Amino acid sequence: MTPIAMDTGALVRGLYCILPEMVVIGTAILVLLADLLLPEEGKKRLCHLSVAGVAAAILSALWLGPGKIEGFSGMIVHDGMGLFFTLTILAAALLTLMMATGYSEWEGTQKGEFYALILLSTSGMLFMAEGTDLMTVFLGLETLSIPIYCLVGFHRGRMRSLEGAMKYFLLGAFSSGFFLYGIALMYAAAGTTRIPVIASMMRDARLYGNPVFLAGIGLLLVGFAFKVSLVPFHMWTPDAYEGAPTLVTAFMGAAVKAAAFAALLRVVLLTFPAILPAMSGVLWVLAALTMTVGNFSALLQNNMKRMLAYSSIAHAGYILVGLTAGGVAGGQAVLFYVLVYAFMNLGAFGVIMLVAQREDDGYDIDNFAGIGFRYPVLGGLLSLFLVSLAGIPPTAGFVGKFYLFGAAVRSGYVGLAVLGVLNSAVSVYYYLRPVVSMYMAPAPEGIPVPRPPRSAFSFALCASAAAVLLLGVMPASALEFAERSVLSLLM
Amino acid sequence: MVSGVLDYLWLVPAFPLLGVILNGVLALIAERPFLLKEAGLPPPGGSHGHPSRGNSHATEAPGSHGSGASGPHSAPVYRNVVAFLAPGAVGASFVVALLCVLSLAARPPEGRTFVQILFPWIQSGSFLAPVGFQLDPLSSVMALVVTGVGFLIHVYSVGYMSHERAFARYFVYLNLFMFAMLMLVLANNYLLMFVGWEGVGLCSYLLIGYWYEKQSASDAGKKAFIVNRIGDFGFLLGVFLIFWTFGSVSFTDVFARIPLLRDSGVLTAGMATAITLLLFLGATGKSAQIPLYVWLPDAMEGPTPVSALIHAATMVTAGVYMVARSSALFLLSPDAMSVVAVIGAATAIFSATIGICQTDIKRVLAYSTVSQLGYMFLACGVGAFAAGIFHLMTHAFFKALLFLGSGSVIHALSGEQDMRKMGGVRRYLPVTFVTMFAATLAISGIPGLSGFFSKDEILWQSFSSPHGSPALWFVGALAAGITAFYMFRLVFLTFYGGSRMDPEVEKHVHESPWTMTVPLSILAVLSVAGGWVGIPASLGGDNRFEEWLAPVFRSVAAAGAHGAATGAHPSVSLEFGLMGISVGVALAGIGIAYFLYRLRTSKPAEIARRVPALYDLVYHKYYVDEIYEWAVVRRVVDGSVWLWQMFDALFIDGIVNGIADGVRSAGDRVRRLQAGIVGGYAFSLLAGAVLLVGYILYRSMVP
Repeated sequence: MTPIAMDTGALVRGLYCILPEMVVIGTAILVLLADLLLPEEGKKRLCHLSVAGVAAAILSALWLGPGKIEGFSGMIVHDGMGLFFTLTILAAALLTLMMATGYSEWEGTQKGEFYALILLSTSGMLFMAEGTDLMTVFLGLETLSIPIYCLVGFHRGRMRSLEGAMKYFLLGAFSSGFFLYGIALMYAAAGTTRIPVIASMMRDARLYGNPVFLAGIGLLLVGFAFKVSLVPFHMWTPDAYEGAPTLVTAFMGAAVKAAAFAALLRVVLLTFPAILPAMSGVLWVLAALTMTVGNFSALLQNNMKRMLAYSSIAHAGYILVGLTAGGVAGGQAVLFYVLVYAFMNLGAFGVIMLVAQREDDGYDIDNFAGIGFRYPVLGGLLSLFLVSLAGIPPTAGFVGKFYLFGAAVRSGYVGLAVLGVLNSAVSVYYYLRPVVSMYMAPAPEGIPVPRPPRSAFSFALCASAAAVLLLGVMPASALEFAERSVLSLLM
Repeated sequence: MVSGVLDYLWLVPAFPLLGVILNGVLALIAERPFLLKEAGLPPPGGSHGHPSRGNSHATEAPGSHGSGASGPHSAPVYRNVVAFLAPGAVGASFVVALLCVLSLAARPPEGRTFVQILFPWIQSGSFLAPVGFQLDPLSSVMALVVTGVGFLIHVYSVGYMSHERAFARYFVYLNLFMFAMLMLVLANNYLLMFVGWEGVGLCSYLLIGYWYEKQSASDAGKKAFIVNRIGDFGFLLGVFLIFWTFGSVSFTDVFARIPLLRDSGVLTAGMATAITLLLFLGATGKSAQIPLYVWLPDAMEGPTPVSALIHAATMVTAGVYMVARSSALFLLSPDAMSVVAVIGAATAIFSATIGICQTDIKRVLAYSTVSQLGYMFLACGVGAFAAGIFHLMTHAFFKALLFLGSGSVIHALSGEQDMRKMGGVRRYLPVTFVTMFAATLAISGIPGLSGFFSKDEILWQSFSSPHGSPALWFVGALAAGITAFYMFRLVFLTFYGGSRMDPEVEKHVHESPWTMTVPLSILAVLSVAGGWVGIPASLGGDNRFEEWLAPVFRSVAAAGAHGAATGAHPSVSLEFGLMGISVGVALAGIGIAYFLYRLRTSKPAEIARRVPALYDLVYHKYYVDEIYEWAVVRRVVDGSVWLWQMFDALFIDGIVNGIADGVRSAGDRVRRLQAGIVGGYAFSLLAGAVLLVGYILYRSMVP
């Protein structure tokens, strides 16, 4: 073995390719430094700094553009799909941090490590979304997961927070084992961990017929299924979502899911077509189970956070319908839906954060009685986000589901599409329950006044609402972007 | 360049739309808070000189329109702005329309069709409906009548509505109506026409129910809207059939494809009959013909200028316009033509007889409108489309004038509408009297006035045209006599004789302000002279009106009716003879009215006593409303109640609630799976992984 020569050009190209990631990591380090220097009353600057850093990362991602840039000898690639997910994840992070301006003040998360953890987790997500090597994906997965475990347990005084973090961490470690073992088995069979290389070898029956390889890909799928909380790997989700600080819950639903789906999509679209009958069966069952269990569990929840947690499981099921459909249409639908889901999920969490005065029982649905007329803007926004989650026009949720189920029908999965539509119908029940409560239930005496949002918070809510409406009414350009991204991957 | 003006055709509907927006902003910003504040105050009683709908059965809510809290003295400034903006917008659109028509007239007759496509509106496969306007001789007549009469009525409204509190709201609706009506007449395709068609229906509903606190007004609005829906449904089906048959909805395409499709057998007479009868169903709704005329008399609940503009001069003539516009289609189906002619003639005489016994001044005019619209359809049905449009125009002048005149009387008499409580008001309202008298002469068909030329043209055509028959002529002539009778009855009861007014009311009687009398005078001039553009050849004229419309109705000429229309030589003596008879009938009607209501004023009651059954029948409008109530409304309501109780409440709700219960209990069971024990979670993860990997291996290994 010759010692690896330092190739300065390749290094620079590699660093250039991960520019957004570096900006985010740099911001995290800066935040930690600033935390030491800033006086207690100036801590809110940390939040502003983080927002600025993420905004800069978005700009740098845009500056890189949709062209394909490979870095670190093909370990990571910045391509159209990478850009799409980078922007989705960064947008979710940006909205989360903007909402943090208010949330941190009320809930005592005005700390350097809080922001640094969010930023570091974001960088992990970006690596995961752009990783073209299974090892990069795994590293990204761990980089994103460990800060999230900490964030879930950030409220050290709250039992639920600690409980959720503990469960998430234990099961997460367990699933990481599956993930890594899957990669190891695949490496044993294929001799590489490079996704495009594996994809090019998939035409060979010696590989796709190899039980070692198949077991490996199955275990890898388990790892992914855990992260995007597919049934039956979803058990941690309600506890973790309910226990986590609400802001973190919102962030997890929007960003973590996007990153995991990005990597899953890369694997599925490139390698699955060759072993289609086996995999499509698995995905079909997972999608059907996830949608159904998620929706039916959400039906009777009286805690809004828990309800939205189950709803996020159901939505993972919808997205999996698009993955099952596969191809350009399925990929496009998945990309679009992940983007849309980030906005409507963050928006819904943002509003309930304002209405609920405190963690835990503050999120009881009874607390929302009568606020629709008392606080028309909040009521209207929450109704909009819930209606979009339910998939009713003219919101983006409708367009997204339309494309998901449309792709399924076109690929011949009519039964799955029908199941999805039925599930959507069931979901209307629990999405409209808070709306009914807000507008039709009498307001109890002395209902608490929602917290006055900071201007950045209001802006984040309005931006989410605008996105939900715009993507619902004029989805053409976003859909086209998603389609080009998928094509760039498959070409 | 003169032709350059036509490029600004879009401004014609754009100006009223601008008026809607500006007045709407004013109504929201200036008027609404003002009205809300007013609503909190106790309404001051007994204001003067505003119309309070005087139906004896009306149950007026306290603090309704009748309370006129803001006299002209305390009028806020925004009212002056509205009073300028609303008529100004319509006036501007009249000027543009006039310039456009003049530049159209400068073209040679064959080139007088100008189409302006603004933007594609609905585009789907081979279906294309643009937002586009078409100005040709037919639509230019309509555009001028609509904007011209509309402008005068806007000006009149400024005076008439000056005591109303919701002043801006009224003008928002009125401007919106102008916009919709202009879309209707200027549209270059059936679908856009339908938008205008529905738009005017909406405005009609809004304006009939303008005094919505009053039960009868809001009921009348709903009645108008629902009855019109029946017709609209027919119209829409007709448009679908047109697209199905012709592959296009634009007028120029459809009419151009007729010869080809007819020769190739695609367009059969049956299809043409279906299309045209469906379209005509739409027309009977909008233009208040049998069997859908019942909404128009009730529509008199709206403010009187609205009755004049929408329910006399413009909107109700939309059906006539649409039939004339589709003349090429109607001519393909002799059956449909006969239906149109017979319905028109029947409506003309039927509603004229109802007009005899009405005592509400506006209702007499309403039935008269229905009757006159019947004449227009009679003309269309016998193929004399130009005569129908001619009568449409002259009718717009004199009927608008009659309504505005009656409005002036009502305004002066503090809202009294019952002619039995009028009498002798000629002394107090000289301008109103003179102008209304001119209009009455015109509608009665006295030679030299506008109504004579147009009505006589229709009667002559219904006798002589290939589609006509002596029976149609006879019915028309008889209806003309009745028209003359009830119109002079109205004039004699209102303006002549001794006063039967309440003394309290009589103290306040006053001539209307100039904003009302000037439009009256202008319309009076038009009522007298408006017919001179269409003097037939037999009377030494050259019928320029028909010549102007000739390019549109060229197919009519091909059908051979045109030769007769311009007075074929062999029948000139016949034409004179018929003309003489119809004038004689009209004079007889006037004579009888004079005898009964001036000389022997006790006679009418005596006649009513002698034939009580007949009098009751006519007085109660042949009980048509009651029959409809019993045969249709009650059936629909009963059926709906049955559907609601049996189908909706039991069946549908049963399914829905059953599913919901099932789903909820399933949800409860699923929820129990989540016990919160980490070990259980891990087991589920592991079991899932084993199943998943096992399945993949199984499916791949065992083919």
